[in-house]
Amino acid sequence: MIAMSRSIAVLAGTGLLLVGCGGDAGETQGLTGAVEIDGSSTVFPIAEAVAEEFQIANADVRVTVGFSGTGGGFERFCAGETDLSNASRPINDTERAACAAAGIEFTELEVAWDGLSVIVNPANDFVTCLTTAELRRVWEPGSVVRSWRDVRPEWPDESIRLYGPGTDSGTFDYFTEVINGETGASRPDFQASEDDNILVQGVAGDRYALGYFGYAYYTESADRLKLVQVDNGSGCVAPSDATIADGTYAPLSRPLYMYVKHAALERAEVRAYVTFLLDEAVRLVPSTGYHPLTAAEYAAALAGIAG
Amino acid sequence: MASNGPAMLAGRRSRKLKEGAVAAALFTCAAASTLVTVGVVAVLLGETIGFFREVSIVEFLTSTRWEPMFRDQHFGVLPLLSGSFLIAAGAGVIALPLGLLTAIFLSEYAGPRLRRALKPVLEILAGVPTVIYGYFALTFITPLLRVVFPETEIFNAAAASIVVGVMIIPTVSSLSEDALRAVPDALREGAYGLGATKLEVSTRVVVPAALSGVIASFILGLSRAVGETMAVTIAAGNLPNLTLNPFESMQTMTAYIVQASLGDTPQGTIVYQTLFAVGMTLFLVTLAMNVLSQWVLAKFREEYE
Repeated sequence: MIAMSRSIAVLAGTGLLLVGCGGDAGETQGLTGAVEIDGSSTVFPIAEAVAEEFQIANADVRVTVGFSGTGGGFERFCAGETDLSNASRPINDTERAACAAAGIEFTELEVAWDGLSVIVNPANDFVTCLTTAELRRVWEPGSVVRSWRDVRPEWPDESIRLYGPGTDSGTFDYFTEVINGETGASRPDFQASEDDNILVQGVAGDRYALGYFGYAYYTESADRLKLVQVDNGSGCVAPSDATIADGTYAPLSRPLYMYVKHAALERAEVRAYVTFLLDEAVRLVPSTGYHPLTAAEYAAALAGIAG
Repeated sequence: MASNGPAMLAGRRSRKLKEGAVAAALFTCAAASTLVTVGVVAVLLGETIGFFREVSIVEFLTSTRWEPMFRDQHFGVLPLLSGSFLIAAGAGVIALPLGLLTAIFLSEYAGPRLRRALKPVLEILAGVPTVIYGYFALTFITPLLRVVFPETEIFNAAAASIVVGVMIIPTVSSLSEDALRAVPDALREGAYGLGATKLEVSTRVVVPAALSGVIASFILGLSRAVGETMAVTIAAGNLPNLTLNPFESMQTMTAYIVQASLGDTPQGTIVYQTLFAVGMTLFLVTLAMNVLSQWVLAKFREEYE
């Protein structure tokens, strides 16, 4: 059923180009051109994994995926520079207005679920769970937390070193919104980077570090990091496929998005990429460390852009 | 001579034309680089003036907090300046003595064959991409430092200083060596004649005689260290931090420019303008150092003839 609707969507979208190619997006041939993607580094692993597989089947299509952060990505997207924009939060009103002013119409696609992960160093043997109130005391603007003892009196008097995404990051926006109560409100004295690999490197190398970033970057380096459970008042929960799927890993589980420009969808290579993404997401998303939506949800998204 | 006058004249004229064309082409090249410099300064100035319309110059120069990207904005450039200077100073501690000693060896002790073999190898140090130095610092030097100083943070100024120091050794040693070799042999021979040893000749005669060139090479090396970007961004981290502790993370002016220009900095915003204000500060610092090195060269130059 799903396979049927998928091939219909592909045929409707790309017309004659795909006729005779078996209807499977993985076998499309003869496509050329470039697909330009930028935005969230949290979503980057998904876009990249899809791009790799897509290019095996479409060697002449060049897919480039950048990671300037969700904000940086929308900046370029609404300037018409990119075809798709990765985002770890929904587009905000300012960005929406910028896109509208430039005449750029788009569709929002939910591509996966993330359990935004709170991370410490594996040598840290005293932290296993933090409450959302404690996280807020650490990260709120004007925070006076300097050492682990300031978080809980029984913890060591070692200065706590903080690693978090930069202010252009959707992960930063989301975390500050749900933990500190206001988007963008954060203490400023932490190592900030739009590149999550640098955060991983920092926490992995620093015994008294505390950091937060997308779950995929945790799973990629799970042997060098320690995941912290989060307690929102109803017990300690660690992010996992199950707790993200049933919503118990709250408030830090969140959807990840890709925004696609309508004008770009008229180009066969972009449509083929997006189709491939939604077709293969159920299979490819888990390999990146994120939790996929259901096959029916991806199919519905595909139907939504079939026009 | 006079008999083939017209032909000569024509030849001369075409030569004059050719010379003129060459001169014009050369002038264009020289003018182009000057114009680029003027353009860069003009853009820097324009945006910097815009920045100082929003932020007082007193806050910029005296506040100890550099937090332009956050809700509660602070624009004190001191943490970035101190980061740049501390790392450059650390690099100097390594590169100045090593560079000068290398130069003395190459100029006074090494035979011509050894010098011909050593110099290119040394200059390779300057050719290694700085991003490689950065990862070398992060993945090799920092772990080593931690063996000795366990408190070292994963991103720290000390590792950055060490690699930047290695990076500028060739600048210091090449320029110093040129200065040492320019000292006339008569001075050396005179000193030998008085019974001086080779070490005495090198350190008491040749180095003092070439001092202006040696100091100029120091200043140029340090100025390069202040401007170094990629290695310090990777090794020292992104935390504006007003401290003298080299084992902590700190952000340099160049690293801030990288951080702010990588993400989303819409044109016309204050964060966008900080890029130019910091760029201008960096420009003024390196310009001052270059002028200083020119001045030292001119002022303390010893003339021998």
